[in-house]
Amino acid sequence: MSKREEAIAESHRLAVEISEVCDRPTILMEVCGTHAHQFARYGLAQLLPDHLQLLSGPGCPVCVTSASEIDAALMLARLSDVTVATFGDMMRVPGSDSTLSREKARGADVRVVASPIEAVALAERTEHQVILIGIGFETTTPGVAVAVREAKRRGLSNFTLLCAGKRLIPALDALMAAEDVSLDGLLGPGHVSTIIGAGAYREFVMRHRVPCVIAGFEPVQMLRAVLALTRQLRDGRAEVQNVYRGAVGEEGNTKALAAIDEVFEPADAEWRGLGVIQAGGLRLRERYTQFDALTRFEIDPPDSREHAECCCGEVLRGATRPQECCAFGIACIPENPLGPCMVSSEGACAAAYRYEA
Amino acid sequence: MPSNVRRWLKGIGVAGKRDDIITLGHGGGGRLMHDLIVDELLVVSDVMTEEDLEDAALIDDDRLVISTDGFTVQPLFFPGGDIGKLAACGTINDVAMRGARVRWMSVAMIITEGFALDDLRRIIRSMRAACEADGVHVVTGDTKVVERSAADGIFITTTGVGERFAEPAPSATSARPGDRVVVSGTLGDHGICVLAAREELSLRQAIESDCASLLSLTEAIIDVGGDAVHCLRDMTRGGMSAALNEIALASEVSIEIEEGTIPVRGEVQGACELLGMSPLEIANEGKLVAICAPEVTDRLLEALRSHPHGAEATIVGEVGDGPAGRVIARTPLGTTRLVDLPAGELLPRIC
Repeated sequence: MSKREEAIAESHRLAVEISEVCDRPTILMEVCGTHAHQFARYGLAQLLPDHLQLLSGPGCPVCVTSASEIDAALMLARLSDVTVATFGDMMRVPGSDSTLSREKARGADVRVVASPIEAVALAERTEHQVILIGIGFETTTPGVAVAVREAKRRGLSNFTLLCAGKRLIPALDALMAAEDVSLDGLLGPGHVSTIIGAGAYREFVMRHRVPCVIAGFEPVQMLRAVLALTRQLRDGRAEVQNVYRGAVGEEGNTKALAAIDEVFEPADAEWRGLGVIQAGGLRLRERYTQFDALTRFEIDPPDSREHAECCCGEVLRGATRPQECCAFGIACIPENPLGPCMVSSEGACAAAYRYEA
Repeated sequence: MPSNVRRWLKGIGVAGKRDDIITLGHGGGGRLMHDLIVDELLVVSDVMTEEDLEDAALIDDDRLVISTDGFTVQPLFFPGGDIGKLAACGTINDVAMRGARVRWMSVAMIITEGFALDDLRRIIRSMRAACEADGVHVVTGDTKVVERSAADGIFITTTGVGERFAEPAPSATSARPGDRVVVSGTLGDHGICVLAAREELSLRQAIESDCASLLSLTEAIIDVGGDAVHCLRDMTRGGMSAALNEIALASEVSIEIEEGTIPVRGEVQGACELLGMSPLEIANEGKLVAICAPEVTDRLLEALRSHPHGAEATIVGEVGDGPAGRVIARTPLGTTRLVDLPAGELLPRIC
């Protein structure tokens, strides 16, 4: 049997075992945009029993960025003589009245970068002020931290950061406290966990007595994680398990964590769908505040609200499934999205629309 | 709400805020562009309708085939080709998809001031080479030079007029249930090549663009397939997803593809995973999809595989009589998912 045939046979075997072990209505959540995407892409729900529900959580970095952070990015893009550097999937995320893509079409200098350090290189080549839109989880933040550190080392006075990084564990706490959501288990994110390590989940799991299994991105790995979760539930256990051992260690990536810690400190932050979360985000440490874009350009982030019809907030905390949103597929479609979950390739609504609609 | 109702509603513009300006997404070959053409641009024509959106049009009592295409690519020179070769082959290919051979071509160029004459010469030489290889005569042209701020480098528009050798002309409207779907080779090579060159992606192995003329390959297909070759489409912007969705809509059929059979280079697959893109949605410049009656499929495949541009040709799926316009992929796990028309510009994702 080829490697691929083995993987297919293994997936089917796992699916059968999950059906045997999972003997009661169960709600699991993945908190990783790539998991959401892979689940939909491979149609894995078709292999699982009907009473096992799999929800998408706040795992897409673009999606959890608050409306006010997006509006702040748009305000920065409209300044004269600035270049805004952003990750590609932020381009079409709607703010209150525009998107970065539209601002670019109207003349703003908006560049898509694949990595934060490119924004520093850009700043070295231009007289313009270069502003990096620094969204993302612990996966992206080390790169942003290194970019800020490099800007300081190179003495760049034309580089700043819109500081919008998020911290995962506080958000999971907020999720467990949400009244409209009740989860039986969590599929731990693959990418974030490579940085923060499996150990980062131990206290969380003890606090909430909820099983958490960290998984990679191959269908077989995700099914293994689902099986591990259903076994824990059957046995009444709540533990951290790691089925992504190749990439995720207990300690995480200490070098990356040190880079984050040198440049940033935890701060309260607003998450779309979860509200302001204590220590749910990051701000620049005092020795780096000169790189704060909002301070340098004296911008107050507006108190923006989501589009009234948009359910991204509820979708992000698993209270509503994408297809249940009244705008899904009608007022909100990938090419004309009302909310970010329909934009990013990691968004739950985009995944549902692309692969299941 | 059932998905077909949703999609229909979308078509009549229930969406909240419509774009009042053009964004890059409108040029991406996906639904944004499709809607722009249907809602705004078709007005220009007194004869074209939504059903006429083929790669090229039949004129002069269907004896001649005409197509026009504008070319903008950054970088202008990339592994496997340049904008000159692209501009010649792109139009040759569009005309070939209706079973015709371009004989006459016009070339219009918009060049920005400061453009290096050496680069221009290189581009012209490779256009000439591509035209000579297929017996195409450039018979007229136009050149404009604009200020540096008005454009970037060089834009080339080519129009080709060709004589038809296939009877009847293959058409996006001619797919029938039971037909087989054949692709001529690996998907996504051109798009990922250009993206890698532009974004300075450090890929372990350089990916070469598949930029090539599909004329002789098409002649070979028609030679063995004749009128059993129902549709031909070169899978440019929007990739295979766009091509199959357009065919499924125009022919009012469903299409099911077997995901595991789709040929994709390992490097392209890797880059796509890194960027959060699907190889099915990435542009090709030298690959076609042929939809043909089952009885000729084996001979067709044989002819493709013995041609230098079709060595990796594969049957990837079948036309069905399910809901019109629906394209479904069967995953290696035996589950199914939708293959939708891409939305617009392909944007690399975070993380």
